[in-house]
Amino acid sequence: MGQVSVKKVSRIFGKKEEGHGTEALLNISFDVQDGEFICLLGPSGCGKTTLLRITAGLETLTSGEITLNGVPITGPDPKRGMVFQQYSLFPWRTVIDNITFGLEMQGIKKSEARKQVEKYLDLVGLGQFKNSYPHELSGGMQQRAAIARALANEPEVLLMDEPFGALDAQTRNVLQDELLKIWEQKHVTFIFVTHSVDEAVFLSDRIVVMTSRPGRVKEIVKVDLPRPRSRTSPEVNSLRDHVLKLLEEERFSR
Amino acid sequence: MKINFIKTIEEKGVEALSLIFAVAVWQLVADRIVQNKLLLPSFYDVVIAFSVIVKNGLIFMDTLTSLLHFSIGIAAAFILGIPLGIAMGWFKAANRALDPIIEILRPIPPLAWIPFAIIWFGLTHQAAGFVVFAGMIFPIIINTYTGFKNVPRVYVEAAKVLGCNRNIDLIRFVAIPSAMPSIAAGIRIAMGVGWMCLVAAEMFGVSSMGLGYQIWHNYYLHRMDFVLVYMLLLGFIGLLIDRFFRYYVDEKMLKWKSGTVV
Ligand SMILES: Nc1ncnc2c1ncn2[C@@H]1O[C@H](COP(=O)(O)OP(=O)(O)O)[C@@H](O)[C@H]1O
Ligand SMILES: [Mg+2]
Repeated sequence: MGQVSVKKVSRIFGKKEEGHGTEALLNISFDVQDGEFICLLGPSGCGKTTLLRITAGLETLTSGEITLNGVPITGPDPKRGMVFQQYSLFPWRTVIDNITFGLEMQGIKKSEARKQVEKYLDLVGLGQFKNSYPHELSGGMQQRAAIARALANEPEVLLMDEPFGALDAQTRNVLQDELLKIWEQKHVTFIFVTHSVDEAVFLSDRIVVMTSRPGRVKEIVKVDLPRPRSRTSPEVNSLRDHVLKLLEEERFSR
Repeated sequence: MKINFIKTIEEKGVEALSLIFAVAVWQLVADRIVQNKLLLPSFYDVVIAFSVIVKNGLIFMDTLTSLLHFSIGIAAAFILGIPLGIAMGWFKAANRALDPIIEILRPIPPLAWIPFAIIWFGLTHQAAGFVVFAGMIFPIIINTYTGFKNVPRVYVEAAKVLGCNRNIDLIRFVAIPSAMPSIAAGIRIAMGVGWMCLVAAEMFGVSSMGLGYQIWHNYYLHRMDFVLVYMLLLGFIGLLIDRFFRYYVDEKMLKWKSGTVV
C-alpha cells in the first residue's frame, strides 16, 4: 500500500519571523493513489525538489502535513525510497553492495543480501556490472543501479527527483521505457519529478503542474492514454500542448 | 610479484642508471677530491661501516628500537586522533568544545615537548613515542575532521532513506568510507612528521638507543661514515614505510578511487 496525501503543505526557508524568507511551497494539496504514477512538473525553482524531500522525510515543512497510508511523515523511512537527481551511489561500494545496503541496514547478512538482490540487478539489466565500482559506470547505468538500490528495500513509494535529468536524450528514452516496465511489475507508487513535459506525458497517470515560486498546484492533468504510449501521436501532442501552455502562463506571470 | 619486479627494472632503466651515476660521482669526489673521511665519507667507507653494524648486530637493535618508538607514537595518535577527528567532524558541539584547545596546542612544534616527555616518562620508549605522537596527532585529527566535513550530503541522505539512521551507523557505513581518502592522506603526512620527530627525540637524549641516537653518538666519536650510514638507513626505512602504506591503502582500501579524477 502506498497512498500519499499532501495536505496544505507550505515551506518557507529562512527567517519567516522577519518576513523575508523564501516561500518555496504554498498551500499545496493533492492525493496520490496506491500504485499510481504521478509526475510533478513545474518551472525550475518552484519547489519540486523541496516537496519530494519533505515526502522522503529529509526536509521539514512549515505547515500542513504529508501522510503515507494516513500516517504523517516525520522522518526518513525505507518504506519511502528515493532516487536523487545527483549521482548518489556510494563510490566505495560495488554496484551489488550498493544495492544490498538497505538490506544490510535491516540486519540481513551480506552474503544473504547479495542473493536476495540478484533479481533487482537483473531487473535493471546490470547483472554483468555487479562487481564494478560506480565510477566505472556510465551515468545511465548509475541511475539504474540507484533505482535498483531503492527497490531492494521494497518501498511502498518510490520518489524520483529528475533521475534522468543529466542523461542524453537517447539514454533517457530507454530508461523511461525501462522504468515503466519496472513500475508495471512492482506494485509501487511512483512520484517522479521532472521539468520535461515530454517525460511527464510519456510516463505518468497524472501530472501535477506547479506554478512558479512559491510552488502551488496549478492544475492536475490526467493522462488517459493506454501504455505503451507513442511519443508523437496526436493525443500525446495535444496533451503536451496543453501542459506547455500551462507552463508558459507561469513564465509570463512572474 | 616477480614479473612485476622485472617489469619495474625494464621500465626504470633511466632511473637506475641515474642512481648509479650519482653514486659513482660521490665515490670519486670523496675519494679523489675531498680525501677527508670526516668531511665526506666515500661510498666505500659507508659500505664498510654498514657491514660493521650488520656484523655486530647493532643495526637490528637500533632499527627495532626506532620502529618501536614509532609504533608507540602512531598507535597513540591513531587511538586518540581518529576518534577526536570523527567527533569534531560529525558533532558540532564536539567541534566547538575541542577546536580552541587544538588550535592552541597545534602550533607548538612537537620537539618542544621533549623536556616534558623526559620529565613525564623518563628515558623510556614511551618518552620517544610521546614525541612522535605529538608530531602525528594533529595532521591525523585535522584530516579526519576535514574528511568528515566534506562527506557529500547526498550520500548521507541516500543512506537515511535506505534505513541507516543512527549516528553510529551513518559514521560507520557512510562517513568513514567517504572520508577515508582524506584520513589516509592525513596519516601519510603524520608519518612523515612522526619520522622526523622520532629522529630528533632520539638525538636529543630521550633515548639511549635507536637510529637517531646513533647519529648523535657517532657524531661525538667523529665517525662520520657511521653517521652517514644511519642517515641513509633512516631515509630508506622512511621510504619503505611510506611506500608500504601507500600500496596498502591504494590497493586494499581505496580501490574504489582508482581511475577517478579527484
Ligand atoms: N535549504 C534551503 N535553504 C534555502 N532555500 C532553499 C533551500 N532549498 C531550496 N530552497 C529554495 O526553495 C526554492 C525551491 O527549490 P527547489 O525545491 O530545489 O526547486 P526545484 O526542484 O523545483 O527546482 C528555490 O528558490 C530554492 O532556492
Ligand atoms: Mg530540483
